[in-house]
Amino acid sequence: MMLRESQIMKVHYVTAIAALFVVSVHIIMRVIMPFTMSLTYENVVANYHNIPYAILLELILVLIAIHGFNGLRIILLEYRQGKTWDGIVNIFSIIAMMAVITYGTRTIIVANGLGFG
Amino acid sequence: MKASKRTSISDNRYIDRDNREGVKGWLNPFKYSWERVSYWLQRLTGVFLLVYFIGHVFETSSLAVGEDAWNAMLQLTQTIWGHLFLILVIGTSTFHSANGIRLIFTENANGLGKAGRPDYPYNPLSLNYRQKSGIWVALILAAIAMLYGTRVLFGAE
Amino acid sequence: MNGLIQRIGIIKKKGIQKNKWRKNSEIIRNKILVKVLRANRIRGDSVHYDTFDIPVQRWSTVLDALLYAKSYLDSSIGIRYSCRMASCGSCGMKINGIPRLACYTKISELEGNTIVCEPLSNFPHIRDLVTDFTQFFEHHKDMKPYIQNENALTSDIKLSEYKQLPEDVDKYLQFSYCIKCGLCYSACPSVGTDTKFPGPQALAQAYRYFADSRDTATKERLDTVDNRHGIWRCHFAGSCSVVCPKGVDPALGIQLLKRHLMSNSKNQKRIAELQDRSKS
Repeated sequence: MMLRESQIMKVHYVTAIAALFVVSVHIIMRVIMPFTMSLTYENVVANYHNIPYAILLELILVLIAIHGFNGLRIILLEYRQGKTWDGIVNIFSIIAMMAVITYGTRTIIVANGLGFG
Repeated sequence: MKASKRTSISDNRYIDRDNREGVKGWLNPFKYSWERVSYWLQRLTGVFLLVYFIGHVFETSSLAVGEDAWNAMLQLTQTIWGHLFLILVIGTSTFHSANGIRLIFTENANGLGKAGRPDYPYNPLSLNYRQKSGIWVALILAAIAMLYGTRVLFGAE
Repeated sequence: MNGLIQRIGIIKKKGIQKNKWRKNSEIIRNKILVKVLRANRIRGDSVHYDTFDIPVQRWSTVLDALLYAKSYLDSSIGIRYSCRMASCGSCGMKINGIPRLACYTKISELEGNTIVCEPLSNFPHIRDLVTDFTQFFEHHKDMKPYIQNENALTSDIKLSEYKQLPEDVDKYLQFSYCIKCGLCYSACPSVGTDTKFPGPQALAQAYRYFADSRDTATKERLDTVDNRHGIWRCHFAGSCSVVCPKGVDPALGIQLLKRHLMSNSKNQKRIAELQDRSKS
């Protein structure tokens, strides 16, 4: 099922606005305590153990991956034209999106499963 | 401009690339208006942030390996250059977000005025100060965010 | 000797806003150097520049200077021009790097002692200052730039009447002022790389007919521009509106059409049609 370009752009705008909110929360979490302290292993893992925060991270991953790779797709489509190139760019964008989301989700799941003991 | 072979337009009307500005046209924003500068910066910051995002996902995956891997990653990134890079990321993401919000409004024709009867000197209605000031606000917010980031990152040491 | 006589400040007339290209001062000269790009692409010539020393007067335009060069210095200069009054759009070229109409650009409003004249970018180059507008016109034709009305009484043309209020005319009038000069197409960064992108002129004309209350081909017009290399390859760089000599403001037309595509229009008839379209 091929989306119309106007539908893709709606997704692009919605992911942008949603990402703005979730990324802001992510950044705030890093500055509510001294920055260096917030990056210690224990504090970071504690964040991942917090289920709502883990869901937030997953949301960031999905939203930014979609928005970013769609943007790259647009740049590449404008750079060069042709049926083959258009097909390659569309497929590459989707694969890259899925690859980054999968890799990031793996980190979230594994980190969430880690304990202190 | 290189001399080019003769191409017949009727052969394939969409592949004649003679005399196109190419990527150079993207890269020279300063001879037109602020909106062109914003287009250039939005594109540049977007690509930069995408590269950073991929790197960040990869960098944080060291958490899944263990504490030693995580600390090794921190050794690599929590340096002066790492902090400077992060400040750049803060600035670019603030500009990209603020300008992006402006673009969401303007590409929905909000803040561009209504179509009417143009008169000399034919100043374009869409390039008004109401939406143009959004670019300046985005740049100012990015500068403020970078200053704050500097304070957080270098002040913590 | 640079031929500069004086720089005169013009009293700013009340009510006329400052335009980026209409400077508040004139540079009065009695002569100017005009550097013209020369090449015959059909013969495969390499590009070079010829410089001409041209006497000018206070109100001389770049076109006047080029025609003087053609008449008295080098008759082989290839140049298109016609009306000499910014009405036909024939004399579009890059003047000091910016797409402008030669007949509408006064020498006195240009800085520097040398004026560089080059053919419009993004158009296939033929010879000297002449470019090929075929692709540009093809993009325009793709937009079906004529009224399409399925309710028109074609059997008896005398009984077929389009009624339109002045308010309806105002919605599209400025976009109908387009003279197809190609300056916007030359200035657009997306056109510079995307050969399938119709360009600001064609998209503004798509909006001109979309917004016309006499036209009923809404769905077809939106379908024409809503594709991978259509209206969404415009990113509001605004250069098209900066260079337009007739106040068409193609950037405004394109964003207004985008608004309709995003189904955010207050126009109830259009909303109904768009809802219809989303079901198909």
